[in-house]
Amino acid sequence: MNSGALSRWLPWVVVGLFALFPMLESTFYTQLVTKVLIMAIFAMSLDLLVGYTGLVSFGHAAYFGLAGYALALMGPKYEAASLWWTLPASLGICVVFALVTGLLVLRTRGIYFIMVTLAFAQMLFFVFHDTKLGGGSDGIYIYAKPTMNLGETVLVNLEKLDQFYWLVLFFTAATYFLLRRILGSSFGRALVGIKVNEHRMRALGFPVFRYQLASFALGGALGGLSGYLAAVQFGFVNPEILSWHQSGMVLMMVILGGMGTLHGAVIGAFAFVLLQEVLSNQAWFGIAAKHWQLAMGILIMLVALYMPQGLAGLMNGFRRKPQAEAEEGADG
Amino acid sequence: MDLAFILIQLLNGLQYGMLLFLVSSGLTLVFGIMGIINLAHGSFYMVGAYLAWSLASMTGNLATAIAIAIPLTVVLGMALEKLLFRQLYTRDHLYQVLLTYGLILVFEELRSIIWGDDVHGVAVPALLSASIPLTDNLSYPVYRLAISGVCLLLAFALYVLIQKTRLGMMIRAGASNRDMVQSLGIDIKFIYTLVFAMGVALAAFAGMINAPLSSVTPNMGSHVLIICFVVVVIGGIGSVKGAMAASLMIGLAETFGTVLVPEVAGMIVYVLMAIVLVWRPEGLFGRK
Repeated sequence: MNSGALSRWLPWVVVGLFALFPMLESTFYTQLVTKVLIMAIFAMSLDLLVGYTGLVSFGHAAYFGLAGYALALMGPKYEAASLWWTLPASLGICVVFALVTGLLVLRTRGIYFIMVTLAFAQMLFFVFHDTKLGGGSDGIYIYAKPTMNLGETVLVNLEKLDQFYWLVLFFTAATYFLLRRILGSSFGRALVGIKVNEHRMRALGFPVFRYQLASFALGGALGGLSGYLAAVQFGFVNPEILSWHQSGMVLMMVILGGMGTLHGAVIGAFAFVLLQEVLSNQAWFGIAAKHWQLAMGILIMLVALYMPQGLAGLMNGFRRKPQAEAEEGADG
Repeated sequence: MDLAFILIQLLNGLQYGMLLFLVSSGLTLVFGIMGIINLAHGSFYMVGAYLAWSLASMTGNLATAIAIAIPLTVVLGMALEKLLFRQLYTRDHLYQVLLTYGLILVFEELRSIIWGDDVHGVAVPALLSASIPLTDNLSYPVYRLAISGVCLLLAFALYVLIQKTRLGMMIRAGASNRDMVQSLGIDIKFIYTLVFAMGVALAAFAGMINAPLSSVTPNMGSHVLIICFVVVVIGGIGSVKGAMAASLMIGLAETFGTVLVPEVAGMIVYVLMAIVLVWRPEGLFGRK
């Protein structure tokens, strides 16, 4: 993290510029950027776990999907539900799920942790895929978007594209500043300490397990926030949103942007969604656009092999020499 | 539910378990020896099935198809190890996850380009197409028994190879101390290539022999992959013995689950895994 005025006001300027975006009056791009911002929340929530706490979760889609399904199942079928209680309730469910599974998965390390988080997400996938609870493999529609009313007045109308966009932008910015604040606190420093050397932190008297669990729950709640917003945007949920492809995709965003930087996760979300849009653009790539995942796969492999610090690392590299980081992982 | 029905389910469960063992043994060896987490392992299973289907429709004979396909998959495995996986041995698991996730996308798209997105069926070889009658209206197909037999044979061969031969000794030594083995004059790089190729070939072979039983479909690899992860976690990473025990356990649990409680069948294996992890976080046969 580089200190100084630049890094302090830059995020605010970026948020300000984004707030102007719907003025362009392009429905397509407003929707696209809304999607990107939602993914940015998702990626930041995972960066908290992977980049700062050293917990490589490969089942983060579980929270994304769980909150979406919570919204779809809690509200009345054809009428709008109120955001004031469905959002906290959805996040609450995610926190409970994170705490319950966290008690189990945090007993494991390294490869086991990766696979066990994956397996719990898959368990949830099959709950919604095989039982009638959430409409099976077809999923369910959310016919009316949630309302945000204060008494009789409509505070934010989520049916309006630009108002929804600003709401999402607000949540994205809130997530960013909240995480910055938390990671700057002694709690956040302790998390990074656990990532670098868990045994030393334990020897220093830190309750490592409780810190990890707290981080896991917070990551789950924020992952849920993005899932809730995504469900509102697309108007339906199906088991695909909690499949392991989704977990792989968000992990990809975090690493592509540069993990452990927070803004890297936002950059990664942008790069990933825009790449997806560009590569699958039939006007530009014709028949090859149908097989856009081939190009995406090759790109992912190149990032894994040659760009371990991601795009954020690339930008830092221009400004100063990259630091030798203690990348020892969570083994041990 | 009568005895014949239970017997059929039991045989099905064991056969499915044996098949899972073929796929997961390669996965657990690569985990245990090279320390690589390989998400693309399910793709090898899919490649095997598609090779069997396309070669069988070309030659008209599944056995010939398998005989041609196995060397191909060995070469594929060696090439992948030399070109890609070799660079990841010293890297964090995170990058292994990422690289192999990209590899899955590449395999799926190449499959789509080469073989299309249709679902295909492969005929059971005529020689093994008979059924053994159990009761008046229940019988058991010979082909499933044959698969179980072949898998059992391979499992035994794998055991002998790893525990009783000189090569197996080098593999085991390489798992515990790579540098020491190398300084003793053993070409550890070659051994890694060999183990990886063996894993690829085993997974692909499982896909080939299972092609007549289940249809050959896109994305067939991902379900198998996740189940094999569960097998490896339950059995303990790097333990072939554990993979065997866990495969049979999962095979039986899923087969009986599908028949008895279809609503929650998909979840059973994961619940099983959670229970094992609470009890033994390092898996049934894992080293602490």
